[in-house]
Amino acid sequence: MESSDNLLVKMEKAGVFINNKWLVKDVSLEIEKGKIITLIGPNGSGKTTTAKMALGLYKNISGKVEKFTKKIAYVPQKISIDWTLPIRVFDFMNLTSDLQDQEINEALEITGAKHLLNNDLKSLSGGEFQRVLMARAVAKKPDLLVLDEPVQGVDFTGEIELYELIKKISETLKCGILLISHNLHVVMSKTDHVVCLNGHVCCSGTPISVANNKKYQELFGEDVSKILSIYEHKHDHKHGVDGSVEEN
Amino acid sequence: MFDDFFIRALFVGIGMALVTGPLGCFVVWRRLSFFGDTLAHSALLGITIAYTMEINIALSVFIVSSLVALMLLKLEKTTNLPTDALLGLLAHSSLAVGLVVIGLIATIRFDLMGLLFGDILAVNVNDIIIVWFGGALILLVLKLIYKPLFASTVNYELAEAEGMKPEKVKAIFTLLLAAIIAISIKMVGLLLITGMLILPAAIARNISSNPKGMVIYSVIAGLMSVLIGLFSSLEINTPSGPSIITASLILFVLSLIKIKRSSQLKS
Repeated sequence: MESSDNLLVKMEKAGVFINNKWLVKDVSLEIEKGKIITLIGPNGSGKTTTAKMALGLYKNISGKVEKFTKKIAYVPQKISIDWTLPIRVFDFMNLTSDLQDQEINEALEITGAKHLLNNDLKSLSGGEFQRVLMARAVAKKPDLLVLDEPVQGVDFTGEIELYELIKKISETLKCGILLISHNLHVVMSKTDHVVCLNGHVCCSGTPISVANNKKYQELFGEDVSKILSIYEHKHDHKHGVDGSVEEN
Repeated sequence: MFDDFFIRALFVGIGMALVTGPLGCFVVWRRLSFFGDTLAHSALLGITIAYTMEINIALSVFIVSSLVALMLLKLEKTTNLPTDALLGLLAHSSLAVGLVVIGLIATIRFDLMGLLFGDILAVNVNDIIIVWFGGALILLVLKLIYKPLFASTVNYELAEAEGMKPEKVKAIFTLLLAAIIAISIKMVGLLLITGMLILPAAIARNISSNPKGMVIYSVIAGLMSVLIGLFSSLEINTPSGPSIITASLILFVLSLIKIKRSSQLKS
């Protein structure tokens, strides 16, 4: 089977069966360079499982997952760190790579977490930690970026900024992005492909086509699905982390 | 230079502290203190086998400890028992089997106290060579796997997703623990090995804010424990192995002052 040079991950009818239960099955999708794929679906629909399959974190899966890159960055949904470890943001940034101080500073700068560099990791709030996780992923300059609910715990303006950032990452790094949306109804305008999961692929396609898809409407109810907001906004200024207005 | 028994003991002690310092940090970080204990217990079986088959003690202990460690990794995967229960099972049964084997072979009469607490003052030049060469090898391997081992200690899935091999480095680290126990069993004995692994690292945790700093402090704390322990055992005629651990304990108590200070500063 030939694959284009841009292909990063190819999943064919992939599924995970654990403890007599399918976590998710028959997922087929392709992640390509420069493209953003968004996974949506209710709780327990297999979004995280699908992302983990793409990352190769399951040993026994049905179907096939092929990975064509090793430069991967992962922002997990939940991260539990054992606090017997003394670890600062700086050490965490270098966790799986050897970065220059300058690269670390730049990455923290764009996620608005530069002031946290020497803070103890356990002293961070949920939102701050999320920004650090994003910064770490950005600093690695990956080919494949897997984001599992990257904006959870981040305040609303921060959320918009982070979505902008994801868009910017995809444009500048030309990496493939697999994004799990914490919010069903918010799908970024930049998303190329939406996969709606409910234990299997319920429907997939462009954001608009999914929004209009019958199955999607059945899954979430017609009223709810109408408010699928396709993230698109313009702004003429942005806010610093402390809330100050910075002119563009 | 190595003629004096005390100089030999110092060399062995310093060599050990240099290795147990960094290894101990990972033992504390990965919550493996009971695991170290289990390996130390299984060492008794290794020693018995060494006596019966007349092979090198360090080699025999290393083989038995590694087998027990691999058995644990296997049992963790195949049973639903929690790790601490499996550790207890392996620790007590390997200790028991060791004692049964001793009983069966009535011709062996060895000093059980020496085995439990070691005798660092009785080391010979060979022991120094084993500790320094073995120790250097352990540190070299630890340096090679430091990054993936640390990353998977912080977060297993993150490390695996980003191309580290957490399972492989875990197995290698386990072998390193078996190795340090093998080369140090004669010096500090099986009851005190985990003490040498945990106490310096615990002291270091109290006074450090980042992982590299903790490794360095852990080595320094280990070296100080060895020096203070050995010199005081010479001065006041106390058993040397336990004196080293007691010195460590005193340092630990002193390190608590620093915690108290810094938490006062914060509030």
